[in-house]
Amino acid sequence: MLEIKNLEAAIGDKAILRGIDLVVPKGEVHAIMGPNGSGKSTLSYVLSGRPGYDVTGGTATFDGHDLLSMEPEERAALGVFLAFQYPVELPGVGNANFLRTALNAQKRARGEAEIDAPGFLKLARAEMKRLSMPDDMLKRNVNVGFSGGEKKRNEVLQMAILKPKLAILDETDSGLDIDALKIVADGVNSQRGPDFSAVVITHYQRLLDYIVPDRVHVLSAGRIIRSGGPELALELEANGYAAIVAEAA
Amino acid sequence: MSAALKPTALQSSALAFLSRFEGLRARLPGDVAIRDEAAGILRSTGLPGPREEAWRYTHLRSLAEVEFNEPLTPVADCADLLSRIPDFDAPRLIFVDGRFRDDLSTVPSLAAVRVGGPAFGALAQPASEKLVALNTMLAEDGADISVPAGVDAGTVVLVSLGTDLHGRAVAFHPRHNISLGKGAKLTLVEIAVGDGVYLHNPVLSVAVSPEATMTHLRIQDESRSAFVLSTVYADVGEGGTYDSFLLALGGKLTRAEIHARLGGPNAIAHLNAAQLLADHQHADFTTIVSHDAPNCASRQTVKTVLSGKSRGVFQGKIEVARVAQKTDGYQMNQALLLSPDCEMDSKPQLEIYADDVKCSHGATVGELDAEQLFYLRSRGVPAAEARMMLVRAFLDEALEPITHEATRTAMEHAIALWWERQAA
Repeated sequence: MLEIKNLEAAIGDKAILRGIDLVVPKGEVHAIMGPNGSGKSTLSYVLSGRPGYDVTGGTATFDGHDLLSMEPEERAALGVFLAFQYPVELPGVGNANFLRTALNAQKRARGEAEIDAPGFLKLARAEMKRLSMPDDMLKRNVNVGFSGGEKKRNEVLQMAILKPKLAILDETDSGLDIDALKIVADGVNSQRGPDFSAVVITHYQRLLDYIVPDRVHVLSAGRIIRSGGPELALELEANGYAAIVAEAA
Repeated sequence: MSAALKPTALQSSALAFLSRFEGLRARLPGDVAIRDEAAGILRSTGLPGPREEAWRYTHLRSLAEVEFNEPLTPVADCADLLSRIPDFDAPRLIFVDGRFRDDLSTVPSLAAVRVGGPAFGALAQPASEKLVALNTMLAEDGADISVPAGVDAGTVVLVSLGTDLHGRAVAFHPRHNISLGKGAKLTLVEIAVGDGVYLHNPVLSVAVSPEATMTHLRIQDESRSAFVLSTVYADVGEGGTYDSFLLALGGKLTRAEIHARLGGPNAIAHLNAAQLLADHQHADFTTIVSHDAPNCASRQTVKTVLSGKSRGVFQGKIEVARVAQKTDGYQMNQALLLSPDCEMDSKPQLEIYADDVKCSHGATVGELDAEQLFYLRSRGVPAAEARMMLVRAFLDEALEPITHEATRTAMEHAIALWWERQAA
């Protein structure tokens, strides 16, 4: 379970998150929507431990562990996964090597047995097939020369292989056509179960047609101003953010 | 003023080498006339100094402060140093402190090898470089390797071990000569390791006949107290290839200088390198590529990783003669700075006298990318391992063309060990 209490964060002197309260119970998928600049991406970065953000107040725990005091790799080993809005290119690092290194690093941190190269290839190929990714994407350098859609699929592939307990998807739908969107949504839905929870950050309701959330939260100016069921997303789609933001003010 | 003192120190160092020569002159093997010529040059010009454009970034001051002696005749089994030489399934010629060791070596069958004296060759002349003059004056031994026309001689490993068995600093100046007949092939893997303080000043000439291919792979992992000043002269005939890669990790003060001349049409030269430096190491990679015939191609990808207070130098000169139309020249130097106290000096130089050529060069200096580092860590890769992955990735472009599997493995191993030392 993810529990965020009164979380405040800043970049330098600029306050971005101004007291976020959010609870995502085990097994649930929550969507966070909001206008540009509301702090959606900052929330995902603070939870995953990206340097450059100062937590100025509040707490965030996952299954009782204090996330904010952990290194990014420790959070990953605990089961936290961030699907990047802009996946990073790693020239000179092969995708297969990257994925296996990451998987084994996590296994090592958890005291589990590492996976050997043939075992990994079998696992990766099966997941790639489900995501309609060609085998040669394992041989290519991480995200180098990938189209926008391929990069997002590669994020979902990483998620499928690393099997996190908490996935944070930061605008994973941006830049995807409808077919790719369905593939990505299927990839997320296939992870759903009693031990998987997700925070789906999105600008548009469209993704939520395919990944149906248990709860929807609206983020504005660094605070959650409204929460509701999936119908809240439809209301936002119909009326825009302005009405809800005005109502909350 | 100190500027006036430096040449004096260099001059006295040159005089010490000259007096050593006077003492050895009667005993040195081979033609003494060429040695006398070299001595004359050194006597009048001294060692290279900071006022020379080619030596602006690499000062031999610290070398001039050391008194070097003649190595004793080596008899030790050198087991410890030999254990650092990766096991290749190939004949190997082992030189200990510059002298050939028959008892440790295995001689190739497909190439003719002569040892027991300097292999001066015709390419490196004392008058062209002062370090070649120093080598010529004092060279005692070397390998003369020739591959007959049309023969693929496979792989030959040339090993240099620098020992600390003398109780004082020693200097050695091996002189090697490689010649490939028409259409011949050879992969020469040079590996140099050592312990203690010494000067290793090898000169190697490579004559590549038309249609011949010489692959020259070097691992310079010498003593961290050593001075290593190597000079290579390669001359490539029509349709021939000189494909070289240097991995430089060792030494205190090092310079690897390569003169490659493309003398016949459609000749190719690759002068790639990776330098990995730490602490107070200084490593200079200097290349001079001369395009003297049309339709030739040269490629240089030089990657430098610097940590601690190390200093890297790359000087790359491409000369294109008037006749060398349709030249394709490429040169790239990239440096990765892992600490705020290191320094990279990168100097490309293009001299082009032909009007229909394609020559490009570039240099970049940067740090590890914070975004890439976070991306790896967010996937569970610990920070130190993530940094290693990015350093290795940075080197990939330079290492990628190396197809010789055993050398590639040895280089990966050396790079991994280097990283472990940094992380420790």
